[in-house]
Amino acid sequence: MTSTDQQPFLSIKDLKVHFSTEDGVVKAVDGLSFDLIKGQTLGIVGESGSGKSVTNLTILGLHDPARTSIEGEILLDGQELLTATEREMERLRGNKMSMIFQDALASLSPYHTVGIQIAETYRKHTGCGKAEARKRAIEMLRRVGIPQPDMRVDDYPHQFSGGMRQRAMIAMALVCDPELLIADEPTTALDVTVQAQIMDLLKDLQQEFGTAIIFITHDLGVIADIADDVLVMYGGRCVERGTKKEVLRDPQHPYTLGLLNSMPSLTGPVDVPLTPIPGAPPSLLNPPSGCRFHPRCAFAEKVSGGKCSSERPLLEIVDGRGSACHLTTEQKQELFADFAATRHN
Amino acid sequence: MLRFLVRRTLGALVILLVISAVTFWLFYAIPRDPAMMSCGKNCTPDMLKQVRHNLGIDHPVPVQYWYWLKGIFVGRSYGDFGNCPAPCLGYSFANRQPVLGTILDRLPLTLSLAFGSAVVFIIFGVGAGMIAAVKQGKWQDKVASSGSLIASSLQIYFVGYIAMYFLVAKLGILNNPSYTPLTDNPAEWASGLLLPWLVLALIWTANYTRMSRSQLVETLSEDYVRTARAKGLSRRSVFFRFAWRGAMGPIVTIFGIDLATLIGGAIITETVFSLQGVGRLALKAVDQSDLPMVLGVTLLSASAIVVFNIIVDAVYALIDPRIRLA
Repeated sequence: MTSTDQQPFLSIKDLKVHFSTEDGVVKAVDGLSFDLIKGQTLGIVGESGSGKSVTNLTILGLHDPARTSIEGEILLDGQELLTATEREMERLRGNKMSMIFQDALASLSPYHTVGIQIAETYRKHTGCGKAEARKRAIEMLRRVGIPQPDMRVDDYPHQFSGGMRQRAMIAMALVCDPELLIADEPTTALDVTVQAQIMDLLKDLQQEFGTAIIFITHDLGVIADIADDVLVMYGGRCVERGTKKEVLRDPQHPYTLGLLNSMPSLTGPVDVPLTPIPGAPPSLLNPPSGCRFHPRCAFAEKVSGGKCSSERPLLEIVDGRGSACHLTTEQKQELFADFAATRHN
Repeated sequence: MLRFLVRRTLGALVILLVISAVTFWLFYAIPRDPAMMSCGKNCTPDMLKQVRHNLGIDHPVPVQYWYWLKGIFVGRSYGDFGNCPAPCLGYSFANRQPVLGTILDRLPLTLSLAFGSAVVFIIFGVGAGMIAAVKQGKWQDKVASSGSLIASSLQIYFVGYIAMYFLVAKLGILNNPSYTPLTDNPAEWASGLLLPWLVLALIWTANYTRMSRSQLVETLSEDYVRTARAKGLSRRSVFFRFAWRGAMGPIVTIFGIDLATLIGGAIITETVFSLQGVGRLALKAVDQSDLPMVLGVTLLSASAIVVFNIIVDAVYALIDPRIRLA
């Protein structure tokens, strides 16, 4: 964390989200903790199925209560969310905390105009009249950069382009000036130009309102652009945590290193082949013992006594920086040196 | 909208033309001479020839079809029998009654039966499906699912007679099925048709329960439903404003076609409850090789299907703004 003296706006402690399925219990999130202060952006990185999206749906309370068991604590501005009533959660959702979903076409109702969908959120939380909510919707569309908002407000989502839909989605999420914004891969389906515009928009809005943002993505390039802090998730756990610079420049976990190595570098030589991480993401139904990454880890045998497969490495965070790995700092310095050579320039 | 209606109406006319031609041709493909049936036991070749002439079947089939078709638009003269003004669907071979008049006599009953039971099955079927979808996996869902499975396995000729025996004969709760025109006495109209409505609706209710449940379960898992919840809307308003809206399209489609099918006649229901509707008329016409009547009833069912299809498409466009009429 960049400034530790501030009270965290969102605080998650030892969150466990387990789904019961016909095949057994899926441990989608297994002991996750993090804090987020206002005006900061936390980037959460990880492969599909690492628990990124589940974590955030749980914050909003949008999991299926019938088959989900949740332990831990989620404090939003001092209020415990996991024990909040449905009524209280409805008052928070879309108001104090809101979410931007990945696929804006599927996430916007095809049966209602964009304006109605934005105005609806505003009316629900402010109780204002139709005309005022409509004015607010037009104003929001203007703010997210949709041309001729007073005309486009009556369009349906399918009449918008992909980028405009995502903007409309953002307008909908921001209509009540939320203090926490969760963006679940909001730019994944968009082309790079639009992606950059959307991220600039989020940054502007954050500066204007001091919103705390959780930005979920598997794109490290996006993280480098928008995040203050980065949290790397693997198999439902946090494996590394630090500021953007620390994590991207000086990774302390083999998985983070693997992610970085599988990405092309703009500054390095162009003929160096990318190194993918071998293997497939772990099954959360029956996760590997010890460190969940050990079956795919290139350095597992460097740790003596087979500790990687028997003992879960603890995540110790000092000043917002830490990683969950059995390798010693000296070992990492030596083993990760190749990476450092290609990146530090 | 106007363009859509014009285009679809023209298409519908073509379809009806093809259907009537096929029916005509199929009728003569069956080795059965309607003249023999009218002529009776002591039939001589001369008499047969005269009967053929009277029935208007002494021309080649295409010529007969042409006369029939022309009759619809300009009327038709039957010599001694008099004139049949346009739109003329001809006279029944069996009883010499005008086809159009006979059908129009029977139609009010069939329409009453169709719309009455449709109201019952759409309300109960969709209602039960909604409850089952909201209470997924709970006892309400299980009752609705198993109940609809049982109901859809039942047959009208089974349920109908049992219901008549218990509800009418034994307990006297319902009236014996009968038809009184709605305009004569609405109360009698409803009480006379209540039992057929319920019995006919039972099986359809089961289908609509299952269909609306599965549609709703599907739309409830849509991303936009999740978004609506993420906006802070309550479960109830999300269900009615978002999930229900998405589930409605397919239900409306099937409903239109089912209703049209019922207008073509509910043969078994009419037979079980001794009601003189279009269904029994059709059955009798086929049995008696009564070509003009067969054609008339076929055209009625086909028109119902075609018209309701156009209505369904228009309604669908109202429900789903992504669909454009053209």
